[in-house]
Amino acid sequence: MIEVRNLWKNYGDKVVLEGINARVEEGEFITLVGASGCGKSTFLKMLLGTETPSRGQLLMDGQAIKAEPDRDRGIVFQQYSVFPHMTVLDNVIAAEGFKQPGFTGLLWGKKRREARKKAQVLLEKVGLSASAQLYPHQLSGGMRQRLAIAQALLGKPRILLLDEPFGALDPGIRKDMHELVLDLWRTEKLTVFMVTHDLEEGFYLGTRLWVFDKLRQDPQAPDAYGAGITYDLPVGQPDPKELETIEENLKGSTHD
Amino acid sequence: MKRLLNQQPSTAGRMLLSSLPFLVLLLIYLVASDLRLEANPSDKLLPSFTQMGEAIQRMAFEPNRRTGEYLFWVDTFSSLQRLLLGVLIAASFGLLIGLLTGALPLVGASFSPVLTVISLIPPLALLPVLFIVFGLGEVAKVALIAIGITPFIARDMQKRTLEIPREQLIKAQTLGGNTSQVLIRVLLPQLTPRLLDAVRLSLGTGWLFLIAAEAIASTEGLGYRIFLVRRYMSMDVILPYVAWITFLAFLLDWLLVSVNRKLFPWHGHGGGA
Ligand SMILES: Nc1ncnc2c1ncn2[C@@H]1O[C@H](COP(=O)(O)OP(=O)(O)O)[C@@H](O)[C@H]1O
Ligand SMILES: [Mg+2]
Repeated sequence: MIEVRNLWKNYGDKVVLEGINARVEEGEFITLVGASGCGKSTFLKMLLGTETPSRGQLLMDGQAIKAEPDRDRGIVFQQYSVFPHMTVLDNVIAAEGFKQPGFTGLLWGKKRREARKKAQVLLEKVGLSASAQLYPHQLSGGMRQRLAIAQALLGKPRILLLDEPFGALDPGIRKDMHELVLDLWRTEKLTVFMVTHDLEEGFYLGTRLWVFDKLRQDPQAPDAYGAGITYDLPVGQPDPKELETIEENLKGSTHD
Repeated sequence: MKRLLNQQPSTAGRMLLSSLPFLVLLLIYLVASDLRLEANPSDKLLPSFTQMGEAIQRMAFEPNRRTGEYLFWVDTFSSLQRLLLGVLIAASFGLLIGLLTGALPLVGASFSPVLTVISLIPPLALLPVLFIVFGLGEVAKVALIAIGITPFIARDMQKRTLEIPREQLIKAQTLGGNTSQVLIRVLLPQLTPRLLDAVRLSLGTGWLFLIAAEAIASTEGLGYRIFLVRRYMSMDVILPYVAWITFLAFLLDWLLVSVNRKLFPWHGHGGGA
Protein backbone atom coordinates (compact mmCIF):
# COMPACT_ATOMS: atom_id res chain seq x y z
CA MET A 1 0.00 0.00 0.00
CA ILE A 2 2.75 2.42 1.00
CA GLU A 3 6.14 2.22 -0.58
CA VAL A 4 9.13 4.31 0.41
CA ARG A 5 11.99 4.41 -2.07
CA ASN A 6 15.30 5.93 -1.10
CA LEU A 7 13.59 8.82 0.68
CA TRP A 8 15.63 11.85 1.79
CA LYS A 9 14.53 14.98 3.57
CA ASN A 10 16.61 18.02 4.36
CA TYR A 11 15.89 21.54 5.52
CA GLY A 12 18.56 23.68 3.90
CA ASP A 13 21.90 22.11 4.79
CA LYS A 14 20.42 20.07 7.58
CA VAL A 15 19.79 16.50 6.55
CA VAL A 16 16.96 15.08 8.63
CA LEU A 17 16.19 11.76 6.97
CA GLU A 18 18.29 9.77 4.57
CA GLY A 19 17.96 6.70 2.43
CA ILE A 20 14.71 5.30 3.79
CA ASN A 21 13.30 2.23 2.06
CA ALA A 22 10.24 0.38 3.22
CA ARG A 23 7.04 -1.35 2.15
CA VAL A 24 3.92 -1.28 4.22
CA GLU A 25 0.88 -3.45 3.58
CA GLU A 26 -2.74 -2.59 4.27
CA GLY A 27 -3.68 -3.20 7.89
CA GLU A 28 -0.23 -2.96 9.42
CA PHE A 29 0.21 -1.06 12.67
CA ILE A 30 3.58 0.59 12.58
CA THR A 31 5.06 2.25 15.61
CA LEU A 32 7.93 4.69 15.18
CA VAL A 33 10.43 5.32 17.95
CA GLY A 34 13.66 7.29 18.05
CA ALA A 35 15.47 10.11 19.81
CA SER A 36 13.67 13.43 19.87
CA GLY A 37 14.52 15.57 16.84
CA CYS A 38 15.54 12.67 14.64
CA GLY A 39 12.79 13.19 12.11
CA LYS A 40 9.82 11.00 13.09
CA SER A 41 7.32 13.83 12.84
CA THR A 42 8.90 14.88 9.56
CA PHE A 43 8.33 11.41 8.18
CA LEU A 44 4.71 11.51 9.33
CA LYS A 45 4.24 14.94 7.74
CA MET A 46 5.42 13.55 4.42
CA LEU A 47 2.86 10.77 4.70
CA LEU A 48 0.28 13.43 5.53
CA GLY A 49 1.31 15.63 2.61
CA THR A 50 2.25 18.77 4.53
CA GLU A 51 5.95 18.18 3.76
CA THR A 52 7.42 16.86 0.53
CA PRO A 53 10.41 14.55 0.16
CA SER A 54 13.63 16.24 -0.92
CA ARG A 55 14.71 13.16 -2.81
CA GLY A 56 13.31 9.72 -3.46
CA GLN A 57 9.73 8.61 -3.64
CA LEU A 58 6.83 8.09 -1.31
CA LEU A 59 4.16 6.05 -3.03
CA MET A 60 0.63 5.10 -2.08
CA ASP A 61 -0.84 2.37 -4.26
CA GLY A 62 1.97 2.98 -6.73
CA GLN A 63 1.26 6.73 -7.09
CA ALA A 64 3.18 9.59 -5.49
CA ILE A 65 1.35 10.41 -2.29
CA LYS A 66 -0.76 13.60 -2.52
CA ALA A 67 1.11 16.72 -1.45
CA GLU A 68 -1.77 18.08 0.62
CA PRO A 69 -3.92 16.56 3.35
CA ASP A 70 -7.03 14.68 2.23
CA ARG A 71 -9.51 12.12 3.50
CA ASP A 72 -7.21 9.19 2.79
CA ARG A 73 -5.05 10.12 5.73
CA GLY A 74 -6.40 10.91 9.18
CA ILE A 75 -4.23 12.59 11.78
CA VAL A 76 -4.10 13.03 15.54
CA PHE A 77 -1.48 15.40 16.92
CA GLN A 78 -0.28 15.60 20.47
CA GLN A 79 -2.44 18.69 20.87
CA TYR A 80 -4.59 21.20 18.95
CA SER A 81 -6.34 18.43 17.03
CA VAL A 82 -9.91 19.39 17.90
CA PHE A 83 -11.81 22.60 17.21
CA PRO A 84 -11.82 24.67 20.41
CA HIS A 85 -14.84 26.78 19.43
CA MET A 86 -17.17 23.83 19.04
CA THR A 87 -18.72 21.60 21.67
CA VAL A 88 -17.79 17.92 21.63
CA LEU A 89 -20.95 17.12 19.70
CA ASP A 90 -20.41 19.97 17.23
CA ASN A 91 -16.84 18.83 16.67
CA VAL A 92 -18.17 15.50 15.47
CA ILE A 93 -21.03 16.99 13.46
CA ALA A 94 -18.60 19.44 11.82
CA ALA A 95 -16.52 16.49 10.69
CA GLU A 96 -19.60 15.18 8.86
CA GLY A 97 -20.07 18.61 7.33
CA PHE A 98 -16.56 18.71 5.93
CA LYS A 99 -17.36 15.59 3.93
CA GLN A 100 -20.01 17.51 1.99
CA PRO A 101 -18.86 19.38 -1.09
CA GLY A 102 -20.59 22.72 -0.29
CA PHE A 103 -19.21 26.21 0.24
CA THR A 104 -19.74 26.44 4.00
CA GLY A 105 -19.73 22.86 5.21
CA LEU A 106 -22.78 23.60 7.32
CA LEU A 107 -25.46 20.95 7.54
CA TRP A 108 -29.17 21.72 7.51
CA GLY A 109 -32.45 19.94 8.07
CA LYS A 110 -32.50 16.19 7.53
CA LYS A 111 -28.78 15.96 6.90
CA ARG A 112 -28.06 17.74 10.15
CA ARG A 113 -30.41 15.49 12.12
CA GLU A 114 -28.78 12.43 10.62
CA ALA A 115 -25.28 13.71 11.32
CA ARG A 116 -26.36 14.47 14.87
CA LYS A 117 -27.67 10.97 15.41
CA LYS A 118 -24.52 9.48 13.96
CA ALA A 119 -22.39 11.73 16.13
CA GLN A 120 -24.23 10.66 19.26
CA VAL A 121 -23.68 7.01 18.41
CA LEU A 122 -19.98 7.64 17.89
CA LEU A 123 -19.63 9.58 21.13
CA GLU A 124 -21.35 6.71 22.92
CA LYS A 125 -18.83 4.31 21.44
CA VAL A 126 -15.82 6.30 22.61
CA GLY A 127 -17.36 7.09 25.99
CA LEU A 128 -17.94 10.80 25.53
CA SER A 129 -21.74 11.03 25.42
CA ALA A 130 -21.88 12.54 28.90
CA SER A 131 -19.61 15.35 27.73
CA ALA A 132 -21.36 16.07 24.44
CA GLN A 133 -22.22 19.66 25.34
CA LEU A 134 -18.83 20.60 26.80
CA TYR A 135 -16.16 22.61 25.04
CA PRO A 136 -12.72 21.04 24.54
CA HIS A 137 -11.10 23.25 27.18
CA GLN A 138 -13.49 21.76 29.72
CA LEU A 139 -12.32 18.21 28.98
CA SER A 140 -9.40 16.33 30.49
CA GLY A 141 -6.43 15.66 28.22
CA GLY A 142 -7.45 12.04 27.79
CA MET A 143 -11.01 12.89 26.82
CA ARG A 144 -9.76 15.47 24.36
CA GLN A 145 -7.57 12.90 22.64
CA ARG A 146 -10.47 10.45 22.59
CA LEU A 147 -12.47 13.08 20.76
CA ALA A 148 -9.57 13.82 18.41
CA ILE A 149 -9.24 10.14 17.52
CA ALA A 150 -12.97 9.63 17.07
CA GLN A 151 -13.11 12.71 14.89
CA ALA A 152 -10.12 11.66 12.79
CA LEU A 153 -11.87 8.40 11.93
CA LEU A 154 -15.04 10.11 10.71
CA GLY A 155 -13.39 10.86 7.38
CA LYS A 156 -13.01 7.08 6.97
CA PRO A 157 -9.28 7.39 6.30
CA ARG A 158 -7.30 4.45 5.01
CA ILE A 159 -4.28 5.51 6.98
CA LEU A 160 -4.30 6.88 10.50
CA LEU A 161 -1.30 8.95 11.55
CA LEU A 162 -0.69 9.47 15.25
CA ASP A 163 2.09 11.79 16.41
CA GLU A 164 2.76 11.09 20.08
CA PRO A 165 -0.97 11.22 20.74
CA PHE A 166 -0.63 10.10 24.35
CA GLY A 167 2.62 11.90 25.16
CA ALA A 168 0.89 14.35 27.48
CA LEU A 169 -1.37 11.84 29.24
CA ASP A 170 -1.07 10.09 32.59
CA PRO A 171 0.03 6.45 32.39
CA GLY A 172 -3.29 5.23 33.81
CA ILE A 173 -5.29 6.98 31.12
CA ARG A 174 -2.96 5.73 28.42
CA LYS A 175 -4.06 2.14 29.05
CA ASP A 176 -7.64 3.09 28.13
CA MET A 177 -6.45 4.93 25.07
CA HIS A 178 -4.44 1.90 23.94
CA GLU A 179 -7.55 -0.23 24.04
CA LEU A 180 -9.48 2.39 22.11
CA VAL A 181 -6.84 2.62 19.39
CA LEU A 182 -6.46 -1.15 19.07
CA ASP A 183 -10.21 -1.58 18.93
CA LEU A 184 -10.61 1.03 16.22
CA TRP A 185 -7.66 -0.32 14.26
CA ARG A 186 -9.27 -3.76 14.18
CA THR A 187 -12.84 -2.71 13.45
CA GLU A 188 -12.01 0.00 10.89
CA LYS A 189 -9.27 -2.06 9.20
CA LEU A 190 -6.86 0.85 9.27
CA THR A 191 -3.21 1.13 8.47
CA VAL A 192 -1.67 2.98 11.40
CA PHE A 193 1.57 4.91 11.78
CA MET A 194 2.13 5.97 15.34
CA VAL A 195 5.07 7.93 16.73
CA THR A 196 5.74 7.28 20.39
CA HIS A 197 8.59 7.96 22.76
CA ASP A 198 7.57 5.00 24.87
CA LEU A 199 9.25 1.91 23.51
CA GLU A 200 7.02 -0.41 25.46
CA GLU A 201 3.95 1.28 24.05
CA GLY A 202 5.47 0.79 20.62
CA PHE A 203 5.94 -2.91 21.20
CA TYR A 204 2.55 -3.40 22.76
CA LEU A 205 0.48 -1.60 20.13
CA GLY A 206 2.26 -2.22 16.86
CA THR A 207 2.55 -5.14 14.51
CA ARG A 208 5.81 -3.67 13.35
CA LEU A 209 8.28 -1.38 15.03
CA TRP A 210 10.60 1.07 13.30
CA VAL A 211 13.53 2.61 15.11
CA PHE A 212 14.78 5.87 13.63
CA ASP A 213 18.43 6.67 14.26
CA LYS A 214 21.46 8.04 12.50
CA LEU A 215 23.32 5.44 10.51
CA ARG A 216 26.49 7.49 10.48
CA GLN A 217 27.77 10.37 12.57
CA ASP A 218 30.16 13.20 11.86
CA PRO A 219 31.03 14.87 15.18
CA GLN A 220 32.35 17.92 13.27
CA ALA A 221 29.10 18.40 11.34
CA PRO A 222 26.14 17.03 13.26
CA ASP A 223 23.73 18.11 10.51
CA ALA A 224 25.55 16.39 7.66
CA TYR A 225 23.84 13.04 8.05
CA GLY A 226 20.21 12.22 8.63
CA ALA A 227 18.42 9.39 10.36
CA GLY A 228 17.22 6.21 8.76
CA ILE A 229 15.34 3.14 9.92
CA THR A 230 17.88 1.20 11.94
CA TYR A 231 15.52 -1.54 13.13
CA ASP A 232 12.44 -2.82 11.34
CA LEU A 233 10.97 -5.47 13.58
CA PRO A 234 7.83 -7.50 13.33
CA VAL A 235 6.44 -7.40 16.84
CA GLY A 236 3.97 -9.57 18.61
CA GLN A 237 6.20 -11.52 20.92
CA PRO A 238 9.00 -9.11 21.67
CA ASP A 239 12.34 -10.56 22.53
CA PRO A 240 13.20 -8.98 25.90
CA LYS A 241 16.93 -8.92 25.09
CA GLU A 242 16.33 -7.07 21.85
CA LEU A 243 14.10 -4.58 23.64
CA GLU A 244 16.90 -3.92 26.10
CA THR A 245 19.48 -3.36 23.34
CA ILE A 246 17.25 -0.88 21.57
CA GLU A 247 16.52 0.93 24.80
CA GLU A 248 20.25 1.25 25.43
CA ASN A 249 20.83 2.55 21.90
CA LEU A 250 18.07 5.14 22.22
CA LYS A 251 19.45 6.43 25.49
CA GLY A 252 22.94 6.63 24.00
CA SER A 253 21.98 8.72 21.01
CA THR A 254 21.38 12.43 21.31
CA HIS A 255 20.60 14.45 18.26
CA ASP A 256 19.23 17.69 19.61
CA MET B 1 1.55 40.87 59.46
CA LYS B 2 2.13 39.49 55.97
CA ARG B 3 4.63 41.03 53.64
CA LEU B 4 3.17 43.81 51.48
CA LEU B 5 3.88 41.59 48.49
CA ASN B 6 1.36 39.03 49.73
CA GLN B 7 -1.41 41.23 51.08
CA GLN B 8 -4.65 40.92 49.16
CA PRO B 9 -7.64 43.27 49.58
CA SER B 10 -10.98 41.74 50.56
CA THR B 11 -13.93 42.18 48.22
CA ALA B 12 -15.25 45.16 50.14
CA GLY B 13 -11.74 46.48 50.57
CA ARG B 14 -11.14 46.22 46.85
CA MET B 15 -14.20 48.33 46.10
CA LEU B 16 -13.17 50.90 48.64
CA LEU B 17 -9.62 51.01 47.30
CA SER B 18 -10.74 51.35 43.71
CA SER B 19 -13.20 54.16 44.44
CA LEU B 20 -10.70 56.04 46.57
CA PRO B 21 -8.77 57.70 43.70
CA PHE B 22 -12.05 58.89 42.16
CA LEU B 23 -13.16 60.41 45.44
CA VAL B 24 -9.80 62.10 45.92
CA LEU B 25 -9.90 63.58 42.40
CA LEU B 26 -13.44 64.79 42.96
CA LEU B 27 -12.48 66.36 46.26
CA ILE B 28 -9.46 68.12 44.77
CA TYR B 29 -11.67 69.52 42.01
CA LEU B 30 -14.32 70.72 44.43
CA VAL B 31 -11.82 72.48 46.64
CA ALA B 32 -9.94 74.06 43.73
CA SER B 33 -13.17 75.19 42.06
CA ASP B 34 -14.48 76.67 45.31
CA LEU B 35 -11.26 78.55 45.93
CA ARG B 36 -11.21 80.06 42.44
CA LEU B 37 -14.88 81.00 42.43
CA GLU B 38 -14.49 82.61 45.85
CA ALA B 39 -11.67 84.77 44.55
CA ASN B 40 -13.51 85.58 41.30
CA PRO B 41 -17.20 84.61 40.94
CA SER B 42 -17.10 84.99 37.16
CA ASP B 43 -14.13 82.63 36.78
CA LYS B 44 -14.70 80.20 33.92
CA LEU B 45 -11.87 77.73 34.32
CA LEU B 46 -13.20 75.45 37.07
CA PRO B 47 -17.00 75.76 37.13
CA SER B 48 -18.89 74.45 40.12
CA PHE B 49 -21.06 71.38 39.84
CA THR B 50 -24.14 73.58 40.03
CA GLN B 51 -22.97 75.58 37.03
CA MET B 52 -22.26 72.41 35.09
CA GLY B 53 -25.64 71.01 36.08
CA GLU B 54 -27.32 74.13 34.77
CA ALA B 55 -25.39 73.93 31.51
CA ILE B 56 -26.45 70.32 31.02
CA GLN B 57 -30.02 71.16 31.95
CA ARG B 58 -29.96 73.80 29.23
CA MET B 59 -28.30 71.57 26.62
CA ALA B 60 -30.10 68.31 27.28
CA PHE B 61 -33.53 69.07 28.63
CA GLU B 62 -34.51 72.40 27.10
CA PRO B 63 -35.02 72.92 23.38
CA ASN B 64 -32.51 75.23 21.79
CA ARG B 65 -33.97 78.70 21.35
CA ARG B 66 -32.81 79.04 17.79
CA THR B 67 -33.29 75.51 16.40
CA GLY B 68 -35.70 73.93 18.86
CA GLU B 69 -33.42 70.89 19.16
CA TYR B 70 -32.13 69.22 22.28
CA LEU B 71 -28.51 69.84 21.41
CA PHE B 72 -26.93 67.36 23.82
CA TRP B 73 -28.90 64.45 22.39
CA VAL B 74 -28.49 65.59 18.81
CA ASP B 75 -24.73 65.78 19.38
CA THR B 76 -24.65 62.37 21.04
CA PHE B 77 -26.72 60.73 18.36
CA SER B 78 -24.76 62.04 15.40
CA SER B 79 -21.38 61.35 17.01
CA LEU B 80 -22.32 57.79 17.93
CA GLN B 81 -23.73 57.22 14.48
CA ARG B 82 -20.50 58.35 12.82
CA LEU B 83 -18.31 56.40 15.21
CA LEU B 84 -20.27 53.17 15.00
CA LEU B 85 -20.63 53.35 11.25
CA GLY B 86 -16.93 53.99 10.82
CA VAL B 87 -15.98 51.20 13.21
CA LEU B 88 -18.43 48.79 11.58
CA ILE B 89 -16.95 49.44 8.16
CA ALA B 90 -13.41 49.13 9.52
CA ALA B 91 -14.25 45.89 11.33
CA SER B 92 -15.81 44.32 8.23
CA PHE B 93 -12.96 45.23 5.92
CA GLY B 94 -10.35 44.51 8.57
CA LEU B 95 -11.76 41.06 9.21
CA LEU B 96 -11.98 40.22 5.53
CA ILE B 97 -8.49 41.47 4.71
CA GLY B 98 -6.96 39.89 7.80
CA LEU B 99 -8.65 36.54 7.24
CA LEU B 100 -7.71 36.31 3.59
CA THR B 101 -4.12 37.52 3.95
CA GLY B 102 -3.61 35.31 6.99
CA ALA B 103 -5.19 32.16 5.64
CA LEU B 104 -4.27 32.18 1.96
CA PRO B 105 -0.52 32.42 1.32
CA LEU B 106 -1.05 33.74 -2.20
CA VAL B 107 -3.21 36.62 -0.98
CA GLY B 108 -0.86 37.23 1.93
CA ALA B 109 2.15 37.44 -0.36
CA SER B 110 0.48 40.02 -2.58
CA PHE B 111 -1.17 42.20 0.06
CA SER B 112 0.89 42.05 3.25
CA PRO B 113 3.58 44.53 2.13
CA VAL B 114 1.08 47.09 0.84
CA LEU B 115 -0.96 46.69 4.02
CA THR B 116 2.13 47.44 6.09
CA VAL B 117 2.85 50.58 4.07
CA ILE B 118 -0.75 51.78 4.22
CA SER B 119 -0.85 51.30 7.97
CA LEU B 120 2.10 53.71 8.24
CA ILE B 121 0.20 56.60 6.61
CA PRO B 122 -0.98 58.98 9.36
CA PRO B 123 -4.77 59.07 8.75
CA LEU B 124 -5.15 62.65 9.97
CA ALA B 125 -2.84 63.77 7.18
CA LEU B 126 -5.40 62.29 4.82
CA LEU B 127 -8.26 64.30 6.29
CA PRO B 128 -7.93 67.20 3.82
CA VAL B 129 -7.91 64.68 0.99
CA LEU B 130 -11.08 63.12 2.34
CA PHE B 131 -12.77 66.50 2.62
CA ILE B 132 -11.78 67.30 -0.96
CA VAL B 133 -12.95 63.95 -2.29
CA PHE B 134 -16.07 63.41 -0.21
CA GLY B 135 -17.02 66.98 0.60
CA LEU B 136 -17.61 68.28 4.11
CA GLY B 137 -20.55 65.97 4.80
CA GLU B 138 -20.95 62.79 6.80
CA VAL B 139 -19.07 60.57 4.36
CA ALA B 140 -15.70 62.21 4.96
CA LYS B 141 -15.98 61.88 8.72
CA VAL B 142 -17.07 58.26 8.62
CA ALA B 143 -14.37 57.56 6.03
CA LEU B 144 -11.70 59.06 8.29
CA ILE B 145 -12.67 56.76 11.15
CA ALA B 146 -12.89 53.74 8.84
CA ILE B 147 -9.62 54.47 7.09
CA GLY B 148 -7.97 55.31 10.37
CA ILE B 149 -8.59 51.99 12.07
CA THR B 150 -8.99 49.50 9.23
CA PRO B 151 -5.23 48.89 8.86
CA PHE B 152 -4.85 48.20 12.56
CA ILE B 153 -7.77 45.76 12.62
CA ALA B 154 -6.66 44.10 9.38
CA ARG B 155 -3.14 43.56 10.65
CA ASP B 156 -4.36 42.32 13.99
CA MET B 157 -6.76 39.89 12.31
CA GLN B 158 -3.97 38.67 10.05
CA LYS B 159 -1.81 38.00 13.08
CA ARG B 160 -4.66 36.24 14.91
CA THR B 161 -5.37 34.10 11.87
CA LEU B 162 -1.75 33.00 11.73
CA GLU B 163 -1.88 32.27 15.47
CA ILE B 164 -4.59 29.65 15.10
CA PRO B 165 -2.74 26.33 15.27
CA ARG B 166 -2.04 24.89 11.80
CA GLU B 167 -3.04 21.53 13.23
CA GLN B 168 -6.69 22.56 13.13
CA LEU B 169 -6.53 23.51 9.46
CA ILE B 170 -4.82 20.24 8.62
CA LYS B 171 -7.33 18.29 10.65
CA ALA B 172 -10.24 19.89 8.81
CA GLN B 173 -8.65 19.04 5.48
CA THR B 174 -8.15 15.40 6.46
CA LEU B 175 -11.88 15.31 7.16
CA GLY B 176 -12.56 16.49 3.62
CA GLY B 177 -12.82 20.24 4.20
CA ASN B 178 -12.16 22.52 1.22
CA THR B 179 -10.69 26.01 1.38
CA SER B 180 -13.93 27.92 1.93
CA GLN B 181 -15.16 25.40 4.48
CA VAL B 182 -11.98 25.74 6.51
CA LEU B 183 -12.21 29.53 6.35
CA ILE B 184 -15.86 29.61 7.34
CA ARG B 185 -16.02 26.80 9.87
CA VAL B 186 -12.58 26.85 11.48
CA LEU B 187 -11.08 30.32 11.12
CA LEU B 188 -13.99 32.76 10.98
CA PRO B 189 -15.71 31.68 14.21
CA GLN B 190 -12.42 31.76 16.07
CA LEU B 191 -11.64 35.22 14.72
CA THR B 192 -14.96 36.75 15.78
CA PRO B 193 -14.14 37.24 19.48
CA ARG B 194 -10.66 38.35 18.51
CA LEU B 195 -12.24 40.90 16.19
CA LEU B 196 -14.28 42.29 19.06
CA ASP B 197 -11.08 42.57 21.09
CA ALA B 198 -9.42 44.44 18.23
CA VAL B 199 -12.42 46.76 17.96
CA ARG B 200 -12.15 47.50 21.67
CA LEU B 201 -8.53 48.45 21.26
CA SER B 202 -9.25 50.65 18.25
CA LEU B 203 -12.23 52.51 19.73
CA GLY B 204 -9.95 55.02 21.45
CA THR B 205 -8.37 55.87 18.10
CA GLY B 206 -11.85 55.96 16.59
CA TRP B 207 -12.94 58.65 19.07
CA LEU B 208 -9.79 60.59 18.29
CA PHE B 209 -10.55 60.68 14.58
CA LEU B 210 -14.20 61.43 15.21
CA ILE B 211 -13.52 64.43 17.38
CA ALA B 212 -10.82 65.71 15.04
CA ALA B 213 -13.12 65.48 12.04
CA GLU B 214 -15.99 67.10 13.90
CA ALA B 215 -13.78 69.89 15.15
CA ILE B 216 -12.80 70.80 11.60
CA ALA B 217 -16.02 70.49 9.68
CA SER B 218 -19.38 69.78 11.23
CA THR B 219 -22.66 71.31 12.31
CA GLU B 220 -23.32 69.04 15.28
CA GLY B 221 -21.63 66.31 17.29
CA LEU B 222 -19.91 65.98 20.63
CA GLY B 223 -16.51 66.99 19.27
CA TYR B 224 -18.02 69.87 17.31
CA ARG B 225 -19.76 71.22 20.41
CA ILE B 226 -16.63 71.12 22.54
CA PHE B 227 -14.64 73.03 19.99
CA LEU B 228 -17.49 75.47 19.37
CA VAL B 229 -18.03 76.49 22.99
CA ARG B 230 -14.27 76.70 23.54
CA ARG B 231 -14.52 80.15 21.95
CA TYR B 232 -16.61 81.29 24.91
CA MET B 233 -14.42 79.42 27.40
CA SER B 234 -17.56 77.47 28.40
CA MET B 235 -15.88 74.98 30.67
CA ASP B 236 -19.30 74.30 32.22
CA VAL B 237 -20.26 72.65 28.92
CA ILE B 238 -16.88 71.21 27.95
CA LEU B 239 -16.25 69.29 31.15
CA PRO B 240 -19.63 67.48 31.25
CA TYR B 241 -19.22 66.71 27.55
CA VAL B 242 -15.79 65.19 28.16
CA ALA B 243 -17.20 63.18 31.05
CA TRP B 244 -20.07 62.04 28.82
CA ILE B 245 -17.68 60.98 26.03
CA THR B 246 -15.62 59.08 28.59
CA PHE B 247 -18.74 57.37 29.85
CA LEU B 248 -19.85 56.43 26.33
CA ALA B 249 -16.39 55.02 25.62
CA PHE B 250 -16.54 53.02 28.82
CA LEU B 251 -20.02 51.76 27.98
CA LEU B 252 -18.99 50.59 24.49
CA ASP B 253 -15.96 48.83 25.92
CA TRP B 254 -18.05 47.13 28.58
CA LEU B 255 -20.63 46.07 26.00
CA LEU B 256 -17.98 44.46 23.83
CA VAL B 257 -16.46 42.63 26.79
CA SER B 258 -19.88 41.33 27.83
CA VAL B 259 -20.79 40.19 24.35
CA ASN B 260 -17.48 38.36 24.06
CA ARG B 261 -17.96 36.62 27.36
CA LYS B 262 -21.57 35.67 26.67
CA LEU B 263 -21.29 34.50 23.09
CA PHE B 264 -17.84 32.92 23.11
CA PRO B 265 -17.35 30.99 26.34
CA TRP B 266 -14.51 29.06 24.74
CA HIS B 267 -12.53 32.20 23.96
CA GLY B 268 -9.32 32.79 25.87
CA HIS B 269 -8.58 29.20 26.77
CA GLY B 270 -5.33 28.85 24.85
CA GLY B 271 -6.45 27.25 21.60
CA GLY B 272 -8.27 24.43 23.38
CA ALA B 273 -5.47 21.90 22.77
N1 LIG C 1 10.15 23.46 9.02
C1 LIG C 1 11.40 23.11 9.45
N2 LIG C 1 12.46 23.88 9.12
C2 LIG C 1 13.70 23.56 9.54
N3 LIG C 1 13.99 22.51 10.30
C3 LIG C 1 12.98 21.71 10.68
C4 LIG C 1 11.64 21.98 10.29
N4 LIG C 1 10.83 21.02 10.81
C5 LIG C 1 11.63 20.20 11.51
N5 LIG C 1 12.93 20.60 11.43
C6 LIG C 1 14.08 19.93 12.04
O1 LIG C 1 14.06 18.60 11.64
C7 LIG C 1 14.45 17.76 12.70
C8 LIG C 1 13.45 16.65 12.88
O2 LIG C 1 12.29 17.17 13.47
P1 LIG C 1 11.07 16.23 13.88
O3 LIG C 1 10.67 15.46 12.70
O4 LIG C 1 10.02 17.11 14.47
O5 LIG C 1 11.70 15.30 14.98
P2 LIG C 1 10.97 14.24 15.92
O6 LIG C 1 9.51 14.24 15.62
O7 LIG C 1 11.63 12.95 15.64
O8 LIG C 1 11.24 14.67 17.33
C9 LIG C 1 14.64 18.62 13.92
O9 LIG C 1 16.03 18.80 14.13
C10 LIG C 1 13.99 19.92 13.54
O10 LIG C 1 14.72 20.98 14.09
MG1 LIG D 1 7.91 14.91 16.85
